[in-house]
Amino acid sequence: MSPADHRGNRSKGVKVSQATDPEWASGLKRLYDRVVEEPLPDAFRDLLSRLDDSEHK
Amino acid sequence: MSGAATTRELPVRSAEDKRAFKRELTAVVPHLRAFARGLCGRPDMADDLVQETMLKAWAAQDRFEPGTSMRAWTFVILRNAYLTDMRRNRFRGEYDEGVAERVLTAPAGQEEPIHLSDLHRALLVLPAERREALLLVGAGGFSYEEAANICGCAVGTIKSRVGRARAALAEMLESGDIPDRSSEDPAAHRAILEELDQVAAGQGETAARSL
Repeated sequence: MSPADHRGNRSKGVKVSQATDPEWASGLKRLYDRVVEEPLPDAFRDLLSRLDDSEHK
Repeated sequence: MSGAATTRELPVRSAEDKRAFKRELTAVVPHLRAFARGLCGRPDMADDLVQETMLKAWAAQDRFEPGTSMRAWTFVILRNAYLTDMRRNRFRGEYDEGVAERVLTAPAGQEEPIHLSDLHRALLVLPAERREALLLVGAGGFSYEEAANICGCAVGTIKSRVGRARAALAEMLESGDIPDRSSEDPAAHRAILEELDQVAAGQGETAARSL
């Protein structure tokens, strides 16, 4: 009837999600970051400067 | 393509607003490239998609609310452009094998440890809706709420898609059994396109939906 009185209950706050995060989960982030960190191809710089042109029209 | 007509009044943007917009747009381009690469797996096609997105974003800049996330806003545009392109390709009835072959030997991923390329391959095998959910949350670092806004669906839907995507990836990577699906096999490609239609049908909650 009375609540079970487990000692040490409070110290067991382990987060399961972090413990079970698979190795490849960080790989996803790396796949993404790898592209983010690539130098921007010229085509994009050209495009951005063309946007400038239309702005000054 | 003119979809829904927009009759809403839009604020007039100053030249300074435009400069600010362009700064922010420029800053998110690398992220657009990363998202696009994850979505379609083909670097050349991904970059085309990003350029298309930049032009559309620029043309629609009056609809961007300053102070909100440029990355989220442009991701919606990119996503819609991706879905549209995929469907258009189907109508052309041809899958560009030349491009696919180039990509298979493309230098983009060469210095990558083998398991990262496996991961990418496995990612491309996922149904489109799960792939994009996992990309947004697991790779792009968006919250479930933000991802739901980008995809135009409920937060719970995103959570379940991410969960299933993770489970499927885990299984493929653990078993080492990653079906070839994305870039070589036209039949598989058609299957992907059909899924895309379903994904596209469910979209449309966000401000950028008609872009």
